[in-house]
Amino acid sequence: MKKIILATIFAGVLAGPALAETVRMGTEGAYPPYNFINDKNEVDGFERELGDELCRRANLDCVWVVNDWDSIIPNLVSGNYDTIIAGMSITAERDEVIDFTHEYYPPSPSMYVALSGNNVDVNTAVVAAQTGTIQAGHVASSGATLVEFASPDETIAAVRNGEADAVFADGDYLMPIVEESGNELAVIGEIGIGGGVGMGLRESDGALKAKMNTAIDSMKADGSLNTLIKKWFGDGAQTF
Amino acid sequence: MLSCVNPDQISGLAWLGCYLSTAKHMAFYQSFLIVLLLIAAVAPLAILLGLLSASASRARFFLIRLPGTLYIAMVRGIPDIVFFLFVPLALDQGIEYLRHRSLCSDQTGSVWQGNDFVVCDIAKMPLSSASQWVHDFYGFALAVVAFALVFGAFAGNVIAGAMAAVPKAQLETAEAYGMTRRQVYWRIMFRQMWIYALPGLSNLWMILIKATPLLFLLGIQDIVYWARELGGAKTSAFTYPHPDWRIWYFLGLLVFYLMMTWVSERGFTYLNKQFSRGQSMAINPQKEGA
Amino acid sequence: MSASCLASFQDYGLRAIGYGQRILPKSDITLCDQFALIGSGLIWNVFFGVLAVCLGYWFAMALAVGKASERGIYRRFSSGFIFLFRGSPLFIQFFFAYELFVLLPKVGVTLDLWIAVIDLETRWLTRAWLGALLVLICNTTAYSAEIFYGALRASPRGEIEAANAYGMTPWQMFWKVQWPNMMRLAWPSYTNEAIFLFHATTLVFFSGFPAWRQSGDALYYANYFADKTFNPFVPYPIIAFYFIVLTLLIILIFGLVNRRLNRHLPDARRSRLMIRPNLIR
Repeated sequence: MKKIILATIFAGVLAGPALAETVRMGTEGAYPPYNFINDKNEVDGFERELGDELCRRANLDCVWVVNDWDSIIPNLVSGNYDTIIAGMSITAERDEVIDFTHEYYPPSPSMYVALSGNNVDVNTAVVAAQTGTIQAGHVASSGATLVEFASPDETIAAVRNGEADAVFADGDYLMPIVEESGNELAVIGEIGIGGGVGMGLRESDGALKAKMNTAIDSMKADGSLNTLIKKWFGDGAQTF
Repeated sequence: MLSCVNPDQISGLAWLGCYLSTAKHMAFYQSFLIVLLLIAAVAPLAILLGLLSASASRARFFLIRLPGTLYIAMVRGIPDIVFFLFVPLALDQGIEYLRHRSLCSDQTGSVWQGNDFVVCDIAKMPLSSASQWVHDFYGFALAVVAFALVFGAFAGNVIAGAMAAVPKAQLETAEAYGMTRRQVYWRIMFRQMWIYALPGLSNLWMILIKATPLLFLLGIQDIVYWARELGGAKTSAFTYPHPDWRIWYFLGLLVFYLMMTWVSERGFTYLNKQFSRGQSMAINPQKEGA
Repeated sequence: MSASCLASFQDYGLRAIGYGQRILPKSDITLCDQFALIGSGLIWNVFFGVLAVCLGYWFAMALAVGKASERGIYRRFSSGFIFLFRGSPLFIQFFFAYELFVLLPKVGVTLDLWIAVIDLETRWLTRAWLGALLVLICNTTAYSAEIFYGALRASPRGEIEAANAYGMTPWQMFWKVQWPNMMRLAWPSYTNEAIFLFHATTLVFFSGFPAWRQSGDALYYANYFADKTFNPFVPYPIIAFYFIVLTLLIILIFGLVNRRLNRHLPDARRSRLMIRPNLIR
């Protein structure tokens, strides 16, 4: 199993007392616009801003930690960090192992993307997906051939170089890539799978879950969550 | 002077210059130092472990011989990557478990609650409130221990062979002079064996260099991690968008390792020449495949 | 208990090559599931190891002879190849090779042999069974060539002179005199090399090559179980056990060959196989 990855930055806009509880926020850092590491070597993205704001509202001192997707749940469970805030959809299978807060991003469709002009039957073709995602599970249960990669950008690279016929991932991740590909890539299908995105916590960490839920609900109530969603996902994104 | 404030307005070599000097790339260059630091930390530790296990495997008492021999045999029989994946995790959980038992002895529940491994807050190693560098250092230390365990066994083999290669005549002469066993060991055997150990240890150094990419599997942000991270295609969400450049980064890594090998080979040829002065040796210092 | 164990082996015993249950076990993972699936992954390791050793042997011999040749061009090519593949880590070689192979244009060549028509495609190079195998062959060739070269240089001069005196052609001299001596001297080191090649095959699915249809080698599945059950203390010892058995098997087989190679020597002068860890990648 992998250990915590070192480095990144520090976040925690701390407005509370100096002895606020330190909470380590685990994220993947490779999934724009949810979370990514920008060229200044800082965690950036929708979830970075959201996480900072939630910590501020819950009076917590937050430190950001980057971890590979493969070991993000095992390392939460062994206590290397305290939350997973990495575009993780709430699913029953994951809920058996960890707890989720209320969702902070509504369910959004997953898309199939292939090279433009290719006639691809997504139920029998070779489809790339990231290991351990709900999309990978979906492809594995359909009739298609699943090729799994450790990180999301390798799945796109696989389609670009012909390794895979199509890639199946979150629409929000794929759309900016398709738009900037200059007609090289095209969306060929859309399916809604999985629930909304929530923050993952250890099942034994009820107190932190309550604090986070309060903060999330307050952001929903005063509309700041919707503003943040629109900022990162465009005006057409689904909001609460 | 190069101004990198507006990267979308520059192109060509200027853009490349700005791109290669971003903070992320600085972290990439720094990770080369981490690799060198790892080698520098593991080598002496591995030699120490090797000395202990070699001495143990040649001991007269069975109870000392057994762990020494077993340790060396286990590492030979199992792929090193299995050790690298397993040891840091096992050590981490083990240390936290022991701290939990000693510091929070009032909590009698099991640390494995369902799927979680939960220890009380003060038993966590390192503490949640510790700054990031402490966490980094701890992860690195676990990696050093894992590497040292594996390479210690290899070194043990080499050193055991070197101990056996010291000419018996020298040891017998020492005994004839009336030296005790301990004196024979420290004054003659220990000092003479290094010349015979050098080919094997130089091999070990080369192997250690080539095992460092596995740090990436231990979750440490080493050069392989950065090569994959920086090389992947980047959209305009990033300041410096670019297509898939992984092959260039890996080519860079390849060149780095080839250079390290070349420099090390030169260094060891020099050392060999120095150490073999004045030695009438039957073995050829240039022998390959120790 | 044993009935479900049998079911585990039926479902997952050949899963690594694509036969059996399609979906990997997600919950209620039993010990038998782990033994079966990790064992099935071993098929890949054996496949890689056997093919790399068998094919690499011949290339290594050619390179060793090349390195000892009088012609500068053969010497330089052999030395360069050996330096490249010995001097860089196998892990990096896998990554680099994968990135290189995906850049190749996707063309196909149709081979018309009398008995069959084979379609060779360059896209196969990005698959682990071909691409990773090629890298492993190159790697073991380089290390083995270095070993064979050392043995070639250490061949007894007297025998070569005797062969010349008998009027043997260079080809005959090589196969009848130099090659057997080379093998006898190199065999212990070569055994070490073979062991480490088998160990190195576990790196394949951790480097650039993806696992198709979730079919990977033993370590790929061990890692899968460690992640799914959050308990590394079961799958890793299982794979360790499998590899110890495999290593012992290799030592046995190579030991038999060693005895045959030394059969003409009196007991005292036979070189025993000393299994020393020699080279990792």
